[in-house]
Amino acid sequence: MSTKKHLAFLLMDAPYEQARTTTGLRLIDLALKKGHDVTVFCYEGAVALAFAKQAPHANAVHGRDVEQEDHPNPKDWIAALVKLAAEKGSKLTWIQCGLCVDERGVGEAVQGTVRGSPADFLKAVETADNTLVIPTQ
Amino acid sequence: MRGYLLIESRDSFEGTSHFFDLARSLAHEAKEGPVTLFLVENGVLPARRCYASEQLAALAKDGVEILADEFSLRERAIGRERLIPEVKAVALDAALDLLVEGRKALWH
Repeated sequence: MSTKKHLAFLLMDAPYEQARTTTGLRLIDLALKKGHDVTVFCYEGAVALAFAKQAPHANAVHGRDVEQEDHPNPKDWIAALVKLAAEKGSKLTWIQCGLCVDERGVGEAVQGTVRGSPADFLKAVETADNTLVIPTQ
Repeated sequence: MRGYLLIESRDSFEGTSHFFDLARSLAHEAKEGPVTLFLVENGVLPARRCYASEQLAALAKDGVEILADEFSLRERAIGRERLIPEVKAVALDAALDLLVEGRKALWH
């Protein structure tokens, strides 16, 4: 009997603001590492997590250049999750709420993400073995 | 029984009593299956021996399993020796395994 499961996650927080996003991405990473299929629906500010134009920056206060600062960008974490899924033979479906994307002008997303609507989240919930909603505060 | 996975990400100063009440109520309904309270991020702070940890100890007496994310504890420099005995430090894998097991999951 296959132990592969399908988990659905809903993220809502914008990047660089809350630890909730980090924990959500940690759970998604673990699920993929264990060979499960994952659907992520990004709603509201979370659609900016995959925005392709995020750029690392230097830290003038501490006198560090871009390389020394090594500032993480969530788009790179998402790209890494897409790569991890391919390596593990898992299916990662990363859906960006289209209206939320348009409102924020963050239509250029990293490869491996698709545009969708809350109806796609409903479909994911209906087909997933379990769902975790990580709401904004 | 599917049971419940309640994930607490907030410190007690941010208002957790209603979520703890929910955990207690679900634990009293034995037919609902086991109830696990998973502490993560600032949610791990009451796991230290302090006035707020009394609420967690009481929950454990009511049958709620209480787990705390090791990573969140390390981020906050909370060693295992500072945890009350009712709280077990675990990797985040434990929460994922409960999700995979099919526990109904709620995040606060």
